[in-house]
Amino acid sequence: MEAISVRGQPRSLHPLNAILLAFPLALFVGALVTDLAYDASYQVQWVNFSSWLIAAGLLVGAFALLWAIIELLVGLTARDGRPLVYVITLVAMWVLGLINAFVHGKDAWASMPAGLYLSAVVALLSLVAAWIGYSGLPTRRVQ
Amino acid sequence: MRAKLLMGGVMALVLSACGGGTPAPQYGSNPELPQPRRGLLPGMTISKPAPWGDDRPIVPQGYKIEAIATDLQVPRQTLILPNGDILVAEGSGGGDAPALRPKDFIAGYIKKQGKTSVKSGNRLTVLRDTDGDGKYETRGIFADDLNAPYGLALIGDALYVANQDALVRFEYRIGQLNASASPVTITALPSAINHHWTKAMTASADGLFLYVGIGSNSNITERGMPAELDRAMVWQIDVATGAHRPYATGLRNPSALATQPGSGKIWVAVNERDEIGPDLVPDYITSVREGGFYGWPFSYWGQNVDVRAQPQNPRLVAAAIRPDYSLGSHVAALGLAFSNPAMGADFAEGAFVGEHGSWNRDPPVGFKVVFVPFQDGKAAGEPVDFVSGFQRDGRARGRPVGVTVDPRGALIVADDLSNAIWRVTPNLAK
Repeated sequence: MEAISVRGQPRSLHPLNAILLAFPLALFVGALVTDLAYDASYQVQWVNFSSWLIAAGLLVGAFALLWAIIELLVGLTARDGRPLVYVITLVAMWVLGLINAFVHGKDAWASMPAGLYLSAVVALLSLVAAWIGYSGLPTRRVQ
Repeated sequence: MRAKLLMGGVMALVLSACGGGTPAPQYGSNPELPQPRRGLLPGMTISKPAPWGDDRPIVPQGYKIEAIATDLQVPRQTLILPNGDILVAEGSGGGDAPALRPKDFIAGYIKKQGKTSVKSGNRLTVLRDTDGDGKYETRGIFADDLNAPYGLALIGDALYVANQDALVRFEYRIGQLNASASPVTITALPSAINHHWTKAMTASADGLFLYVGIGSNSNITERGMPAELDRAMVWQIDVATGAHRPYATGLRNPSALATQPGSGKIWVAVNERDEIGPDLVPDYITSVREGGFYGWPFSYWGQNVDVRAQPQNPRLVAAAIRPDYSLGSHVAALGLAFSNPAMGADFAEGAFVGEHGSWNRDPPVGFKVVFVPFQDGKAAGEPVDFVSGFQRDGRARGRPVGVTVDPRGALIVADDLSNAIWRVTPNLAK
């Protein structure tokens, strides 16, 4: 029997999964931008925006992460290479995002500069995760 | 619930990381101030309410305590009227402060666990002991439909009440149980947001001025600097005209005011800022210097800069006055009253301070009324527990707020958790 799917042949994300993945990207990058605005202006409304953007990024990002883990576990995607990097990136994004949410819970300037640095790292991780995800994940080889 | 469990779990981690333990007491004019620190989450230790049962608060030997009124609707401050009647301000304000961050929703829910579920009375109740037996058997609703009344002062036949949004005046004749007319507004008080809503009040010795404490609109400017216009200060209000001016500023939450007998100085109990450690920043009592700046938000206890308030203001920091007397961090001083010789020799000269108790410190502190001894008009020596036992085994049975000294020799304590008024008197028959 011939392989119906060959490793390395990327399969695009399910549309719903793709939509979920879009949220952390946009929201965490947004939080970085509002953190930069707070850093530049000392206007606390910017850091309030950051708090909500991070919270929402975590909420939707959790489902994107869950989806990736389930696909890996049920064997829809390969368990090494890019799919694994994808899941690890999402986990790192989410955990650091949660820490960032707590840091942003500190009052006024107490969230800075740690919050800004964390936002930058989390935004970068969300970008990397989206890049890998939207490039498509190789499926598992089936004999 | 899930949020609370999460908070609890991570909190335990944060606390164990910090080491915990009981530090040296932070009393007096020169308290030890550790470096500011904060874990990933602020430490919160809520003492959930529990009934008194047959227990009573603990008072020193030679004194007795009785609940002279129960089933009130959140009693906060009291005033002794000339005929010995006790006027009680009941109410809760501050519900208008909007939650702006995810944190505000979570912290608000957790703090609510330590508060009474009784609805705000928004009224003034008169308690009367007709036959002088120490039982206040007569009760009258002096006025209702007020807006979170707190500060009370009587000047001649005018009764002034500081609601959370306005200073109003009632006409008062001795012996009245009910107001004869609606109150007249003397001046509006700052009430936008009203994060710290209480409006504590005292009258000058000559009766020409009222002093009203207006708390900050945030812990440490997290609602932005524009929200702090006319906040964190004591106003001096001209009784005749209603005109006001800032009397002293930089007082984060001046939640109790009292006029010192003899000197006529205005004293204030101030609740200081949170979330920079279990032993920062000490709450304090201090005499108020006219025109003085006391640090908030830019610095604390003099020139200790708080980097959370940005942009900083080095000029104001340099001018910040150190308060007179530290009570310890997070005790939440909400009551202040000067004593007199009728309270007994050991407690004749000094001030009673009602400590509502902490919500963000482990182990919890406060939950008692202390006596701060004075010498030559100045706070001197360690505070002495005068009424304690409000908190036991992590549960709060009561939480003291306002304290008032009856010139006939009694301390009146308002308790906004068990919704009672306590009266402590020296045992005359020994």
